[in-house]
Amino acid sequence: MTQQREAREAFLDALVYDDPVQLYERAPCGFLSTTPDGVIVKANATFRTWIGLEAADLIGRLSFADLLTPGGRIYHETHYAPSLRMHDRVSEIALDLVRGDGRRLPVLVNATLERDEEGRPRVVRIAVFDATERRGYERELLRAKEVAEASEGRARELARTLQQTLIPPTPPTIPMLDVAAAYQPAGEGVEVGGDFYDVFSVGRDDWVVVIGDVCGKGVDAAVVTALVRHTVRALAVAHEEPRLMLADLNEVLLQHETDRFCTVALMRLRRDADGWYAVLSVGGHPSPLLLRAGQAPQPCGGTGPLIGVIDHAEFDESTQRLLPGDVLVLYTDGVPDGRRDGESYGEARMLASLAAHRADAASAVDGLVADVVDFQRGVPRDDIAVLAVGVPAR
Amino acid sequence: MDVLTKFNVVASGPEGAQPMVFAHGFGCDQNMWRLVAPAFADDFRVILFDYVGAGGSDPTAYDPQRYDSLDGYAADVVEILRALDLRDVVFVGHSVSSMIGVLAQAAEPERFASLVLVGPSPRYVDDETYRGGFGEADIVEMLESLESNYLGWSAAMAPAIMNNPDRPELGEELTASFCRMDPAIARQFARVTFLSDNRPDLAAVTVPTLVLQCSDDLIAPVEVGNYVRDAIPDSRLAMLQATGHCPQLSAPEETIRAISAFVRRAGDVRA
Repeated sequence: MTQQREAREAFLDALVYDDPVQLYERAPCGFLSTTPDGVIVKANATFRTWIGLEAADLIGRLSFADLLTPGGRIYHETHYAPSLRMHDRVSEIALDLVRGDGRRLPVLVNATLERDEEGRPRVVRIAVFDATERRGYERELLRAKEVAEASEGRARELARTLQQTLIPPTPPTIPMLDVAAAYQPAGEGVEVGGDFYDVFSVGRDDWVVVIGDVCGKGVDAAVVTALVRHTVRALAVAHEEPRLMLADLNEVLLQHETDRFCTVALMRLRRDADGWYAVLSVGGHPSPLLLRAGQAPQPCGGTGPLIGVIDHAEFDESTQRLLPGDVLVLYTDGVPDGRRDGESYGEARMLASLAAHRADAASAVDGLVADVVDFQRGVPRDDIAVLAVGVPAR
Repeated sequence: MDVLTKFNVVASGPEGAQPMVFAHGFGCDQNMWRLVAPAFADDFRVILFDYVGAGGSDPTAYDPQRYDSLDGYAADVVEILRALDLRDVVFVGHSVSSMIGVLAQAAEPERFASLVLVGPSPRYVDDETYRGGFGEADIVEMLESLESNYLGWSAAMAPAIMNNPDRPELGEELTASFCRMDPAIARQFARVTFLSDNRPDLAAVTVPTLVLQCSDDLIAPVEVGNYVRDAIPDSRLAMLQATGHCPQLSAPEETIRAISAFVRRAGDVRA
């Protein structure tokens, strides 16, 4: 027993009192000492083996920067050396050493600058770690990061393109009627939102205007948005009455595999000998507002159930004669629900803005969108879509 | 954004004295001048600043288009001189700021009295008989090594350290930011710096110029310093015993002496 313990202690002592020279020379990292301006004055055996140079070729002849690649020298002079002077140390600097035979050795470098009593730089001690595998891994990480950034860029671009196909940038011109519309995506506008609108002609002096909001965001919502828009266009040929169009749209959405629903305000604009009139029907959407001189903004078209929720939903419709100077405004709930610090923009501000900008369709749209976006300090929390048609004042 | 905040402009020395503007090079910030600039603050109005993206500048002011050539940086120097309405300026530029100073002087010559170019190089890449010291491949490799060394850069750090002169506890972080910048900005600054060719601009310098040349500078070798001296009409070269590319850090006294001898002589001529 005793013998065994003694042997073990002797063994541990031998490790603890390892020859300091061997400890330095054969450490599993390279050690260098240089003058403050970089000339190598001492290098351990590990480093000499790695770099493939004899002490005679190294000591007093080369500076640390001489062992670097030209690119590494630039980094050394512009970052490493100034940082070392400033902080008296640098750590984890990634550099490539050039070996005697020209091959590269990726390393991580830590260095400390020692000063004399007067604070003048005296010696620089450098520890060099082989980082071949780590560098390979880092390169892969950087490549993966570049790939991720590129694909994120493509996704954003796709979202923007998709959004542009869902929202007609400018509504068509309707003879004898002013049309204006604006769309402002939520936040920074990188995600496809659920708001949409469409204006199209069914025949001479016969137009359909639709605005809606598909619940949710992203690709799923975009699929439903496209479905709703194209279904409305198809149904406009089958039905004259907006309420029947909404009833069929409800069935189409129920039969579709999506469980998303939407809100829609739809109107058919027609012109007869007395001028324009609108037949309106609403499914779960905020009622359109009629702006008429001398009157407060007036909701019209009633309300109705959400589209795509209940079977055999029925919808009302109402007819509104448009007088010269009248403006009909359709909007999505991103307007009244606009928020700032927990306070919503609300109906009252919306009506006040419309009352102040009711001269024509364009000023109603521009005034309202500017007001609600300003209220939210330029970054709307939800999509905003506003569309207006106006009969030019005589 | 106010110009002085944007570029983290720091002024010292007597107001109304001849202005001396110190411009840092690629890599670090105005702290590069901390051992040299104070020596001039008795007799000169000393102006230090950080280029956009460096040190305590406002990183949100970075515009990849503006900074796609050294002209953008030269326009910044002119912007600072105008904002402070500085005239009769001694411009001391280190490394790439030498060429930025050359461009700024050509853009608004009436504001400059003289140039001090520390370790200037009008072109780093070899070109036919011209020896800049580097090949294009070296520069590409350097750009890659930048990526590797900015792995740990934290975007969250940048806003915390800017625009807080009233919060000294941030000073330590500011020092920690020395020689660190947004990797995207650093890469573009490095590319613009090391791939520019400003040889044709040297002849346009119209003020007395001092080239400060280190004896063993891997980035701007002696031949390049001589080239600059020969190309700028009214210029002289002072050879420093200092080695490396940053004599203002490695040999501040010698650097101060050389600049001092030049600016005081230039001052006599002017008077």
